[in-house]
Amino acid sequence: MEVAVLFFARVREDLDCDRLQLALAEDGQTVGKVRERLMLRGPTWERVLSETNLVAACNHEVVDDSHRLSAGDEIAFYPPVTGG
Amino acid sequence: MDAVIDIAVLREDFDPGALQEALPPASGGAGAVATFTGYVRGQDDRGALNWMELEHYPGMTEASLRRIADEACARWGLLAVTIVHRTGRLFPGERIVWVGTAAMHRGEAFAACEFLMDYLKTRAPLWKRESGEWGETWVEARDSDSDRAGRWQAP
Repeated sequence: MEVAVLFFARVREDLDCDRLQLALAEDGQTVGKVRERLMLRGPTWERVLSETNLVAACNHEVVDDSHRLSAGDEIAFYPPVTGG
Repeated sequence: MDAVIDIAVLREDFDPGALQEALPPASGGAGAVATFTGYVRGQDDRGALNWMELEHYPGMTEASLRRIADEACARWGLLAVTIVHRTGRLFPGERIVWVGTAAMHRGEAFAACEFLMDYLKTRAPLWKRESGEWGETWVEARDSDSDRAGRWQAP
């Protein structure tokens, strides 16, 4: 199955990537597994995606690493928010 | 009664007077309207600010503001809520955000207005980048904002 992964703000800048498509094995996929898989892309990815304050969202809701994925989900990783 | 919720995320400026006039439901019943306007500060202890740029997550920003508004309505029995947030490049003195609440009484209107700002600052996916005398930097999330938001959680 395929999912979209989006990055915002400093995370987007550090990774030099705002969006990618990921093809995953069908079973038992979670946000945490996507994070681990992206960390294999290189040292910068490993550093940024292991930041403890990184926020993960799935289909516009904040989720944790155990959140299970379905085909077509939109996942996002971003730093703590600073609007207002 | 269902509250009237109005959410807008936009680049252009807005008119706080018009937003306030439009807030109380036409059906009446609101004895109180409370509003908050946030502006770009021109100066802080690091020096003068040139501009600020607000990035956001289109779709999730609106959804997240709506969830926060729903929570405020459920908690304080509000009649109406309006939240307007700007994005893009903003200069010192420009308006960034506007929150308005309409309620039967002032206590609910005041409390909900503050709650909405505290939650918006710590939950809605918006990020500020600043350019000033110190250079260009992403704004870091502040513990004081999390502490303020934490006050609203049930003990």
